[in-house]
Formats: sequence, structure tokens, C-alpha cells
Amino acid sequence: MSTAAEATRSAARPVSRGHWLRRSPLGRALVKLPFWLLIALIFIYALFPFYWAVRSAITPDAQLFTTPIHYWPSHPTLSNFREALSTSFFRKALLNSTIVAGSVTLVSLAIGSVAAYALGRFRFRGRSAVMYLMLSMTIFPQIAILGALYTMISDFHLYDRLGALILTYLIFTLPFTIWVLTSFMRALPGDLEEAAYVDGATPLQVFYKVLLPLIAPGLVTTGLLAFIAAWNEYLYAVSFIQTPGRYTVPIAITSFTARGGNAFQVPWGQIMAATVIVTLPLIAATLILQRRILAGLTAGAVKG
Amino acid sequence: MSSVATPAPAPRRRRRRTKLQRRQTRIGWLLLIPSLAVVAFVAIYPLGKTVYQSFTNQEFLAGITPTEWVGLDNYRTLWHDTIFRDAVVQTIKFTVITVSFEFVLGLIIALVVNSSFKGRGLMRAVMLVPWAIPTVVAAKMWQWMLDDVYGVVNDLGVRLHILSHSHAWISDPATSLGAVCAVDIWKTTPFVALLLLAGLQVIPGDVYEAASVDGASKWQQFWRITLPLLRPAILVTLIFRTLDALRVFDVFAVFFGNRPDTQTMAIYDQSTIVGDGHVGYGAAISVAIFLIIAVFVVIYVTFMRVTEE
Repeated sequence: MSTAAEATRSAARPVSRGHWLRRSPLGRALVKLPFWLLIALIFIYALFPFYWAVRSAITPDAQLFTTPIHYWPSHPTLSNFREALSTSFFRKALLNSTIVAGSVTLVSLAIGSVAAYALGRFRFRGRSAVMYLMLSMTIFPQIAILGALYTMISDFHLYDRLGALILTYLIFTLPFTIWVLTSFMRALPGDLEEAAYVDGATPLQVFYKVLLPLIAPGLVTTGLLAFIAAWNEYLYAVSFIQTPGRYTVPIAITSFTARGGNAFQVPWGQIMAATVIVTLPLIAATLILQRRILAGLTAGAVKG
Repeated sequence: MSSVATPAPAPRRRRRRTKLQRRQTRIGWLLLIPSLAVVAFVAIYPLGKTVYQSFTNQEFLAGITPTEWVGLDNYRTLWHDTIFRDAVVQTIKFTVITVSFEFVLGLIIALVVNSSFKGRGLMRAVMLVPWAIPTVVAAKMWQWMLDDVYGVVNDLGVRLHILSHSHAWISDPATSLGAVCAVDIWKTTPFVALLLLAGLQVIPGDVYEAASVDGASKWQQFWRITLPLLRPAILVTLIFRTLDALRVFDVFAVFFGNRPDTQTMAIYDQSTIVGDGHVGYGAAISVAIFLIIAVFVVIYVTFMRVTEE
């Protein structure tokens, strides 16, 4: 009986291949199986390196450097974290990177939001030219001006100082901030400012009393993206900084060397502990703000 | 602004509007001054300075040799510089490999995640994780995973009988490029997938409904509907990824330092300027990199125009 029904149905709708499978729960699960396998595969692919970093960070050295490999340590330890955090250049690097990324983010947001106000809420000649300039700056290759910046920084006596990084990181954070915040500004309804203008407010008052509170979510997202970009930068950091006390996190991560014991063995346990320490805050912030980050990234990229 | 427009004599209204326009122009530019000043100072001036330096023999430690105008000498040397030529080839290989893998894998992931299922939000969050971590950190993680003695990749490979014995992935010239590409692909594919996913979600669902009513198979729907409608998102993603890949520095620096056989354009330039202090010659390399990247931009933009017509 069921086969007859099946036959008529498949005659009526030619797209019903695999219908008999979807009848039973087991059959449905079977159809879905490749799909879930694929999902699991993507999941493992994205997360396995993190698992491995955590696993290596809590494995004592005696187990870390033996074969066959242990996939989970039998005696997990926090000694690698203690060692990493007791390394003075790494501790300083956490502070330095926070200072650099924090300052760059604040400066970008402060002057970038004003520029976004102009580009998003005013009509004037040259506006689209400025937009194009900012867009082309977001794909500007930083390597192309390394030499000029290198000589400029030494002329200004900024070599080997965090100020050099705060200044140069604006190259990639500021245009990006302006571009994304402008799209936030434009998305606000058109007659928003008029009431305030009628009440006699100046454009600046309109900006920080009316518009800025409304784009606060945009400021958080853009700020986080700028912070991450500055926190992760390596090329300028490794070119302009020399003293271990002024390292940023990416330089510090590459600078761990063995102390005592086997001088030739790279201290992978400590490096992985450091890796976990510097990525956890970023991952936490990303997961908390993931929806907004996606919105910001796609505003920055897809609408371009 | 339209709500303010009340019936008024035409000439007066026009004058008022131009006055308003002038006011808007003045305030607009005033608000832009700080940002434009910063961009001019940290990007446009240095770019001009780089071009100028590329025609000189400037050294970082001035006083050893006085800086002189040398015309096209740097460019002539660069033309015959085999290290640079190798670096260009290496960079382009890296770009082609990573961008094509990231695009194909990213598209597959985007299509999978685009179908509704339980845990889709979690999946998207997980995909952001590799993007958020510093490239240098990702490179370190993989360097350890690819370790020739204690690395998990070798261990898994041997256990699963894919490899007969442990392999030195990073130091063996035959596999070193593949090893770097693996890091970049791991870090960036999820991000590419997210960009494409954003493009997929803009495609209205009723297009697919109409197609399946007309009897189009899933496969046909993919080639006839999804791909054409996704084209703008695809092109923008490819442009961003290509430009990023062409200036790759971090992964190569962590894996190889400036090992001569594995240099990229950016590595060679950085080591010429900062390592050797040859600012003039490095500037010429910078200009060359800039031009190579510009060529790619022009190709993409014309391709975009052509396909839009």
C-alpha cells in the first residue's frame, strides 16, 4: 500500500528522490548523516589547533618531549603558565600591547567618528573622493612605506618606542574605522538631527548628543576590530622595536628561548601557554560580540 | 531636509540652498581635517617619500655613505636581482594556492552553514575564532603541530598509515610552501566562508522555490542561481584575499626567518631595509611591490566591470 502511494506521489512530483528514506526516523538520520559529518569536520578543523595548544600548555615537559605522543596529559600542570608569566618580556608585552592597541583604538574612534559624521550626514563636494581615498587606504600594503616610515621614525626619535607603533598603526585602523562608522551613520534615519537644529543646536552638539549615542554599538564593534588588528600586527612591531622590555605580544611569542636544562630544545610548553593566554581574551570578546562583529566585517567588506 | 521646504519664491529658495550647501561643505571639510591630516602624515607623505628614496642610495646609518641621487640604478639592479625574482614567484605561488583553497573550502562551508540546523549560531561563532587570533600565534601553533619529532601531524599521519615515517614539513624545501599555506588556509578559510555566507543570506528564498517548482535540481540551482547571484560577494572576497596574500609576511617570518629559498616580497623588502639598512634599494622593492599589487587590483576591477555588463 505504501509503495502504491509512493509511486503516485513520485509520479506527481519528480523531485522526490530518496523519499522512502525520509519516512522513518532512522532513515531521516541516515540522510542527514553526511551533513552532520561535514559539520563535525568543520568544527574539528577550526578548533583542533586550539585544543592542541591547550593540551601542550598543560603537559609537563617530561611528557611533552616524548614519543609516542600523549593526546591528553596524565598529570596536567600549570607550571608552563607560571613560567610564561614569570618571563619579564612576556609580562611587559601584555602591557605594551594593551597600551598600543588601546591608544590606537581610542584615537581612531575619536577622530574617525567625527570624519564619519561628516561623510555620513553631510552633503558636500569631494565627499565621495574622500570615501574612495579611505577605501583605497584599507587595502594599502603596509610594506610599501616601511622604509619611509623607518627613516621618519628615527628622525622623530621614536625608534624603539611604543609611540612609533601607535602612530603607524593608524594607517590601517583609521581608514577602516571611518569606512565602517560611515555606514553606521548613514543607516540612521534622515530627519534625526532636524529637531535638534530647530532647537538651535550646533553641528558638534548634534554629533555627540544625538548621533554618537545612537551609533554606540557601532563604536564598540569597530573599536574591537581596530583593537584586534593592532594587537595582532607584526611587521611594523618587529621593524621598529628592539628592546625586549618594549616588545608587543606577537614579538614576545616568537622570542621564547630555553632557560637551563636542554638549551637546544625550544620551550614549546611555555610558548603554547603564552599562546593560550594571549588568545583567550580575544576569543572571549569575539564570542560575546560575534553578531556585531559579523555585521561590522561585512559592512567593511561586502558593501565595498 | 524636504520637510523644511515650504513654498517660497524660487530665486530666494535657491540662494538659501546654496548658502546651506556652502555651510555644509565648510563644516564637512572641517570635521575631516584631523583624519585627513593623519592619513596624509602616516600614509601619503611616506608613500611619496618612498618613491623619492627609491631613486637614491640612502642607507639607514647615514654618514657611512652620503645619500645621493642615483636615478634608475636601484631599479636596474632590481630587474636583475634573482633573489627578488624568486620572492615574487614564491609570493604568487602562495597567493594562488591559498586563495583558491580558501575560496573553494570557504564556499563549501558557507553553503553548509547556510542551511538551517540546530547549533548554527554556535557554528558561526566557532568560525570567527581562527580569524580573531594573531597570525603570529597561529603560525607558532602550527609550527609546533608540524614539529618533525614531537608534532601531532606526523603522529596522526603515522598512526593512520598515511605517512610511513615522520617528515620535517617546514625545513624540507619540497613541503615548506605547503606548510605555510596550511596555516594561512586554516586561519582564513572560516573568514572567507563568513563573507560568502553574508552574500548567500541576501539571496531571496523564493528564487529557489520557483526554480524547484520548475524542476531544477539542487545542482542546477547552485550553478544557475547561487553562483551568479553571489558574484559580487565572491569578487570582493577574492580581491581582499588576493591583496592580503600578496603582502604576506608574518607566517613566513615565523616559519623561516629570512631563509633565502623561502622569502616572500615583503620578507625580502623588510630584511633589506631593517636588516641591512639599504633604505634606497628597499624603497625600490617597495615601489615594485606596490605596482605588482596595483596590477592585480586593475585586473580584478576590469574583470568586475566586464562581468557586470
